[in-house]
Amino acid sequence: MNLSLPAPSQARAAPSSIRESAAVKWLLIALAGGFAALFLLLPLINVFAQAFSGGWAPYWKAVTDKDTGSAIRLTFLVAAISVPLNVIFGLASAWAIAKFDFRGKAVLLTFIDLPFSVSPVVAGLLFVLLFGANGLFGGWLAAHHVKIIFALPGLVLATIFVTFPYVARELIPIMQDQGSEQEEAALTLGANGWQTFWRVTVPSVKWGLLYGIILCNSRAMGEFGAVEVVSGHIAGQTDTLPLRVDKLYNEFDPVAPFAVATLLAFLALATLCVKLFLEWKSRDES
Amino acid sequence: MLPPLESAPLEGRAASNPLPGLKFTLGFTVFYLSIIVLLPVAALVLRSFHLSWSELWALATNERALAAYELSLGASLAAALINAVFGSLLAWVLVRYRFPGRRLLDGLIDFPFALPTAVAGLTLANLFADHGWLGQFLAPIGIRGAFTRLGVVIALTFVGLPFAVRTLQPVLENLDRGVEEAAACLGASRFRTFVSVIAPTLFPTVLTGFGLSFARALGEYGSIKFISGNLPWTEIAPVLMVMRLDQYDYTGAIAVALVLMLFSFALLFTLNWVQGWASKFQQP
Repeated sequence: MNLSLPAPSQARAAPSSIRESAAVKWLLIALAGGFAALFLLLPLINVFAQAFSGGWAPYWKAVTDKDTGSAIRLTFLVAAISVPLNVIFGLASAWAIAKFDFRGKAVLLTFIDLPFSVSPVVAGLLFVLLFGANGLFGGWLAAHHVKIIFALPGLVLATIFVTFPYVARELIPIMQDQGSEQEEAALTLGANGWQTFWRVTVPSVKWGLLYGIILCNSRAMGEFGAVEVVSGHIAGQTDTLPLRVDKLYNEFDPVAPFAVATLLAFLALATLCVKLFLEWKSRDES
Repeated sequence: MLPPLESAPLEGRAASNPLPGLKFTLGFTVFYLSIIVLLPVAALVLRSFHLSWSELWALATNERALAAYELSLGASLAAALINAVFGSLLAWVLVRYRFPGRRLLDGLIDFPFALPTAVAGLTLANLFADHGWLGQFLAPIGIRGAFTRLGVVIALTFVGLPFAVRTLQPVLENLDRGVEEAAACLGASRFRTFVSVIAPTLFPTVLTGFGLSFARALGEYGSIKFISGNLPWTEIAPVLMVMRLDQYDYTGAIAVALVLMLFSFALLFTLNWVQGWASKFQQP
């Protein structure tokens, strides 16, 4: 997945010698469009069609259910803790990696990417092995009545792990491209380090930063595997929205899982809209 | 999993960098990385040292586990191949042609990336079920896409598609069309130009996209939980790991987790190599 903001594209009028015939062109467009319609658009429409297959009443009942309400609150809470932490990490690591030279930089970059290549269920297992009942710190935690696994801290840790690289990944290449002349100028003119960071660096990477944040947030709210392993499925307490969908699905309810799923589909659509807006904005400015 | 970032040295000012904050930001980076990523991974490795190797080996390679790896690898491979073909087609159409609805199509590509995998699994399982919108036409001719191995491939294709398209798209945009013109001037037909000039240039990038969507598919769990229906013949490795954990079989879960990590590190290593090779083709 290319997480970077795409470069502006130049539409070129190509000479006819290097163009396909109209028949080939429209055949390829039809094939690609048909595939996307069947495989991408239809699943989205289906979520809403199934959710409203019984009309408004069952839909409304499912999304206003007490346990769904607490799943919504929990999902927002988990994202509200994990996303800002990863943003701070992203800014700090991008500053260190893009503006300085030090030994072991390549190794550090590899480690930052590590969560992308670990299966989410393995990520969940890692925290169970650390903090679970028979984990490394399990005995100590139980003795001090601290609950991490099957509770909010476990959900937050697992979510931070799977969304760990998103913001850093977005910021590092942008900051590397920009170099540090502007910051050096600000320092020469008498600004201190924090002023330089907030007034020079952050504004110059703002679209990339926002891009990283919305991708990070979308993954944080939609994560399933990692949180399932650490959640314990206590309805009304440790069920996030995706876990709530799973639970309702296992109860063979024909409408309710789709109704709750529409909330997550709205999240996906909102993410895509903000993403398009940010791409348009950053293209506009460059 | 993503293409590697450059760690090239900044030119000639390593010694006299006037910017402040290296100690603080690097210190925080290493601290946070250690707590969130390195410590948990180290705990898994340490824990496995305390287990008996023969037991771990037996649990990692018993019949059920081997069947799960086989399906994981096979279904991910099939999904990545489908994505390499249709992903390349989509990237080509999006970059080379202008047509009504192009922007919408371009936006749709990221949809599997933005949609939570649980929702993807839920709606795909419903679409391909016997009474579903697609299943009602496919089931009578013997194609069953829900609760089957085919369903696993369908879900893995869905989650991996953006990786294949978005890897190829920027490379295709920056492709030098002068070479195509040269081929045309030398008398090559459009088809010949595509086969002998364009396709070989794009091949390493297509391979990278294939690898990225393969890697994404190997670790996928959420969508599979819904479309596989928890049947013995649709069990992939991540599902097996969770099943064992649910039965408090920690050693069994660790055995599968270690194999999964081994797969993804081997793949990461290969991908880095392929990308190094691919980048040679992008600079004229």
